[in-house]
Amino acid sequence: MTIRPDPTFHASPKLAMEAPPESFAYTLLLSPDFSKPDALAVVDVKPGSSTYSKVVHTVTMPNKGDEFHHFGWNACSSALSPLAGHAFLERRYLIIPGIRSSRIYIIDTKPDPTSAKIHKIIEPEEIFRKTGYSRPHTVHCGPEGIYVSTLGGGGKDGTDGPPGVFIMDCQTFEVLGRWEIDRGSQNLHYDFWWNLPRDYMVTSEWGLPPQFENGIVPEDLLANKYGHRIHFWDLRARRNVQTIDLGANHQMALEVRPAHDPVREYGFLGVVVDTTNLEGSIWTWWREGGKFHIEKTATVPPEPATKEQLPPLLQGFGAVPPLISDIDLSMDDKFLYVSCWGTGEMRQYDVTDPRKPKLAGSVHIGGIARRTPHPNGKAYGGGPQMVEISRDGKRVYWTNSLYSTWDDQFYPGGVPGAEVMANASPGGGLALAKDYWVGFPDGYRAHQIRLDGGDCSTDSFCYPSV
Amino acid sequence: MLWLAVVASGLYHGVNPGMGWPLAVSAGLMERSPRALASALWPLAVGHLLAMLLVILPFALLVTLVEWQRQIQIGASLLVIAFGVFRLVGRSHPRALARIPPTQLGLWSFAVAIAHGAGLMLVPIYLGLCREASLDRGHAAADALINTSVSMAVLVALVHAAAMIAAGGCLAWLVYRYLGLKFVSRSWFNLDMSWAISLVLVGAIALALSVAG
Repeated sequence: MTIRPDPTFHASPKLAMEAPPESFAYTLLLSPDFSKPDALAVVDVKPGSSTYSKVVHTVTMPNKGDEFHHFGWNACSSALSPLAGHAFLERRYLIIPGIRSSRIYIIDTKPDPTSAKIHKIIEPEEIFRKTGYSRPHTVHCGPEGIYVSTLGGGGKDGTDGPPGVFIMDCQTFEVLGRWEIDRGSQNLHYDFWWNLPRDYMVTSEWGLPPQFENGIVPEDLLANKYGHRIHFWDLRARRNVQTIDLGANHQMALEVRPAHDPVREYGFLGVVVDTTNLEGSIWTWWREGGKFHIEKTATVPPEPATKEQLPPLLQGFGAVPPLISDIDLSMDDKFLYVSCWGTGEMRQYDVTDPRKPKLAGSVHIGGIARRTPHPNGKAYGGGPQMVEISRDGKRVYWTNSLYSTWDDQFYPGGVPGAEVMANASPGGGLALAKDYWVGFPDGYRAHQIRLDGGDCSTDSFCYPSV
Repeated sequence: MLWLAVVASGLYHGVNPGMGWPLAVSAGLMERSPRALASALWPLAVGHLLAMLLVILPFALLVTLVEWQRQIQIGASLLVIAFGVFRLVGRSHPRALARIPPTQLGLWSFAVAIAHGAGLMLVPIYLGLCREASLDRGHAAADALINTSVSMAVLVALVHAAAMIAAGGCLAWLVYRYLGLKFVSRSWFNLDMSWAISLVLVGAIALALSVAG
């Protein structure tokens, strides 16, 4: 606890944008064959620094097979609401779940990111015992502490009961228990986020552990058995108030990105693939008259490819699906970035009118068939995946791995860990920075990125930008 | 002097962001209307007022036991000191408060004032005021005493809550209109420690006075 609020807490998104730019990018590294322990890499992103775009520190975990995926901060700008009652937390600890092991690491990033170290380890048994959930995934800091979504329920394969969200104490990191009181018909989980003053949460669906842990199950996909619904919840009452089915062909409704400005009651959802035509799609949801609505507002078409260009999994289709695996919304809610991991494209949509996204910029890199190299000449395995935007909206960072076993199915040639950055023009337009290329140690793949001082998929706000 | 303490504690509670004025700023900005700001101040004030009354009124009834006055005063002082020490040791904010929806500001304001012992801080001051009042009048009848002590309790709570919401409201308005949202984090100091110490101090002074008197 501090005497003044953490200087990286901002009342409004606008204040967050005006804050000093990021100095470090924390990046999760995973060992896809589980031969080495997973790690957290600290990358120097200060322009002009002698170690710019290099890993300056690595925290290696003591276990193997955790499979790092997403992670988050213990505290963010949401602490600046008197309703939360914890205004004097520090943005200091990274909460890193292993989605395969269900173990959670708490990493202390102070006094300096370059000396980050393990603060606490929460063993899987504690999570199983206290929550009945497994495979922890998305982490957000909010009014009741730290919220963690899970992909699995109880039992060995995580199918004993539905997955959901659990809460951790934001000071002791003690696992407190399940968040839901009334989950309605929700039985799958992936991402979640919220609008704090409007008091609602939004959650999405991927699939159950047997549908992803050993790779994508093509029969399940073609039978539309992955998640295709979005759920809206009363945040404080912990009740599911509305569920909307996108249509079973819209398989894997993953990332949820609400507008940062709490006065805006809308947000976006990325859907990986439409099984009728292989399109990826962007959906816009909004609240009107006390009800939630959602509609498909943008699609990305598949690209034809020859059999030789395709992995066995896709050869029957003769095309590369875009596979929208991640989306991210800039702090001013103006640009939505869309990772097309299959076709190897990062798209930038102008979403000033949220229900009419306009393609404003695009860069190609990697891709199943295109295999576009980086402007510096290096080959980029995989495609654009986890994307993070600087608070000021000028720099967009991303990595290339989706999930160990899925990488191998879609990119049998391998996905060596890489992190790149593109400069975004204020009026729209995207160009890869030639001098930003982070290579990681051999045998590691790179997943989510978190920026010091907060980023566009961490901080939620209790005051509007005016 | 004691009335000054009632007003001062109201101002102190009012300017503390933890007691809710930033929520009025948020409400005003969300609706883009000063009226929304003002209407958020009402439930904050009423919640705080009710919390004060809930804590002081039982003492108002006890005060009628004239011959036990000193013991009551000592007991109240010890209670305040104990609560201060409790806040000093376990400084965490009760998590249950985070379950109160943002639409129920009155309930939240009530709960936060109770949880942080805002009402307890007033008790020794109130008892002091009662003593002054009864000294003036000598030994009055019991029902008259009840009337006096209850109306004194209501008055103390009202004056305190009015000072609290005046301070908080002014600050909310200034931030909304002139100072900007940056002031929310800038004006926020961790008062948990000094709050707890204030409780101990108020209790200790009252204890000393009642032992001496």
